[in-house]
Amino acid sequence: MIPLSHFLTLGAVLFLIGAAGVLMRRNVIIILLSIELMLNAVNVTLIGFSRQWADLSGQVFAIFVIAVAACEAAVGLAILISLNRDKTVMNVDEVNLLKW
Amino acid sequence: MISYAWLIPLFPVVGVLINGFLGKRLGEKSGFIATLMAGLSLLVVLLIANEMIFGAGGKHTIHLWEWIHAGSFSVSLSFLIDPLSTIMLLVVSGVGFLVHLYSIGYMHGDPGFPRFFTYLNLFMLSMFLLVLGDNYLVMFVGWEGVGLCSYLLIGFWYEKKSASDAGKKAFIVNRIGDAGFLLGMFLIWVIADTLTYQEVSQVTSKFAVTINVLGIETTYASIIGLLLFIGAIGKSAQIPLYVWLPDAMEGPTPVSALIHAATMVTAGVYMVARTSPIYVEAALAMEVIAVVGALTAIFAASIGLVQNDIKRVLAYSTVSQLGFMFMALGVGAFTAGVFHLMTHAFFKGLLFLGSGSVIHALHHAPVEQQQDMRYMGGLKSKMPVTYWTFLIGAIAIAGVPPFAGFWSKDEILANAFFSGHTFVWAVGSIAALMTAFYMFRLIFMTFHGEMRVDPHAREHIHESPFSMTTPLILLAVLSVFGGIIPGFPPEKGWIHDFLAPSLAKVSQVTHHSSFNLISSAHAASADSGGHHGPEAIYLIVLAIVIAVGGIILAWSMYGKKSNIPDQIQQKFPGLYKILLNKYYVDELYQRYIVEPIYRLMKFLWNFDAKVVDGAVNGSTLVTVLTSRVSSFFDLRTVDGAVNGVANFVRFFSQVFKFLQSGMVQNYLLAMLLGVFLMLSAYLLQ
Repeated sequence: MIPLSHFLTLGAVLFLIGAAGVLMRRNVIIILLSIELMLNAVNVTLIGFSRQWADLSGQVFAIFVIAVAACEAAVGLAILISLNRDKTVMNVDEVNLLKW
Repeated sequence: MISYAWLIPLFPVVGVLINGFLGKRLGEKSGFIATLMAGLSLLVVLLIANEMIFGAGGKHTIHLWEWIHAGSFSVSLSFLIDPLSTIMLLVVSGVGFLVHLYSIGYMHGDPGFPRFFTYLNLFMLSMFLLVLGDNYLVMFVGWEGVGLCSYLLIGFWYEKKSASDAGKKAFIVNRIGDAGFLLGMFLIWVIADTLTYQEVSQVTSKFAVTINVLGIETTYASIIGLLLFIGAIGKSAQIPLYVWLPDAMEGPTPVSALIHAATMVTAGVYMVARTSPIYVEAALAMEVIAVVGALTAIFAASIGLVQNDIKRVLAYSTVSQLGFMFMALGVGAFTAGVFHLMTHAFFKGLLFLGSGSVIHALHHAPVEQQQDMRYMGGLKSKMPVTYWTFLIGAIAIAGVPPFAGFWSKDEILANAFFSGHTFVWAVGSIAALMTAFYMFRLIFMTFHGEMRVDPHAREHIHESPFSMTTPLILLAVLSVFGGIIPGFPPEKGWIHDFLAPSLAKVSQVTHHSSFNLISSAHAASADSGGHHGPEAIYLIVLAIVIAVGGIILAWSMYGKKSNIPDQIQQKFPGLYKILLNKYYVDELYQRYIVEPIYRLMKFLWNFDAKVVDGAVNGSTLVTVLTSRVSSFFDLRTVDGAVNGVANFVRFFSQVFKFLQSGMVQNYLLAMLLGVFLMLSAYLLQ
């Protein structure tokens, strides 16, 4: 039996890796992948708690998150493609139209 | 046929259109077109006159269309055919046609040939409108039309400065008269509510109302009469507005014959005769007309005594003869006035065309000698047709029976005498003596004696072509028979019966009871015809003596070799100089009218330039200055406030604006930190 602390530690580590990737990388695709990583870290945590408390609602939540992640990936890639068509950039630093 | 009267002015319209638009291409063919149109008009006039004279007569109105209709004011373009307009139509179309015919020869080779005939047809059109119109407004349109044509034709050789100046002078002087005509017309409308002759003649009682103007008891009729007479003074060249007519001789000679002798200048006489129903109520106006006419007659005749330019002699003669016509109108003898208008058209047209023939023959002479009688003489044998026709015209105007002028002039003088205007009669008789004298002075200087023509021009002297002599002969025939046929026996002739329906009779009561300047109180009846007993015979004898006496006097001074003219000239140098310089009237006008107006104009110009423009420029300056101030206020205060607010906001936003970097990752970082801080605070509490 794997103790709950392992699940939580893995989830926390994955989440921090994902958050670090989102904050530090400049390539839009990597950022999107990092977001996926963060979402899946949350999934690991959810599954861990579900198993610990023998409650299926955690697993249902995880499936919802996967569905939302798929939508997010679709929208994100669509934005990426239109950005690329417009400015031929992959670098988020150069996408600063909302700046003052 | 009378209902076809609209054809009369239509033919000249066609001529004007053809020659006006195609004249350049037609060249000298345009003369034949114009003459054809004048001939067609003459034909229609003759047919109508035939009906009027030998047929029913009476008055016929040909209504063409409603012209102006505004409220109670309504004027239609309609023509009135009555005895008076018939006589005028005969004169205008008859002389007009002959002058057209003559001009084909006279204007041959002139570069402006088609233009000349366009103007000539336009003149015919206007003159027909003038005499045909059945109301004052249509007459006025024609009146202005002939004035325009007169201007155009006087200045026909516009490259000559004197000609274009003379044209302008005629136009401007005529405007003065036209103002009077217009005012008179307005007054007629105000009082009678109509402008048609026939309706006006039915309401004459309205005009007879006595009013008080500036302390003088008079009638509306007199005021209207005087205003209309001002128009007649301008158009018919009476004192004081006659000055344009002698200068009008700058135009081609056929124009002088047609417009400035036979037709247009008699428009004033026609107008007064046409207004006779009003004039018979206008005792004051009648006296003024009689006196002005008499003074003009003698004044112009005396100038004519010494002029050397052949056309100027004739011009002053025209002014003088127009004076005779007004004399007749003024003493109430409207018929005699119109009669003299007619005979004068014949013989003066003839004399002018004759002088044109002489000038035509001399066109190889130096320009300044072509019209100067001192450089003529002895032309009789070279130009027999011109000479004999000219002689007939001169006898006619001098008043030798049985030629035309005698009958009409004698009637005028007799009427003046028997209506009690002894002064007018005396002045007229002296003017008649002068007329006979200057005409025969002209004949002797031009056609008799030794030839003084420039030697180079002598061999070119020739009789004029057929197209020029034909009108001379026809007019000469009219000058012989044009008086005796309609005018015999004196004051009972056919013309009196014929014109009677058109012209009002002066009733002696209205004529002599009111304001009366000259006439004596014991007046016999005017225009009542031949019942004056032996006095009438004496008058006729006296008239003949005057005419023959003038001719003999001219012969003794200019016909046979004599130095009498020189002696008189030396004896009365002042008088001669005054006459030669036409009483210095032009100079007086220049000094006392033109120059003051010019100075007034200068003053107004300066007023305009200095005061009005100054005010405008001053207000501009003020506007510029105030706008400077307000622009300063706007820029500094209003804009300053707006910009100040903006700067204030910008200044304080300087710090915070850097938070909005546009980089999502910065925001995320901040969010993460926030969450971290909040969680930390939660966990550590």
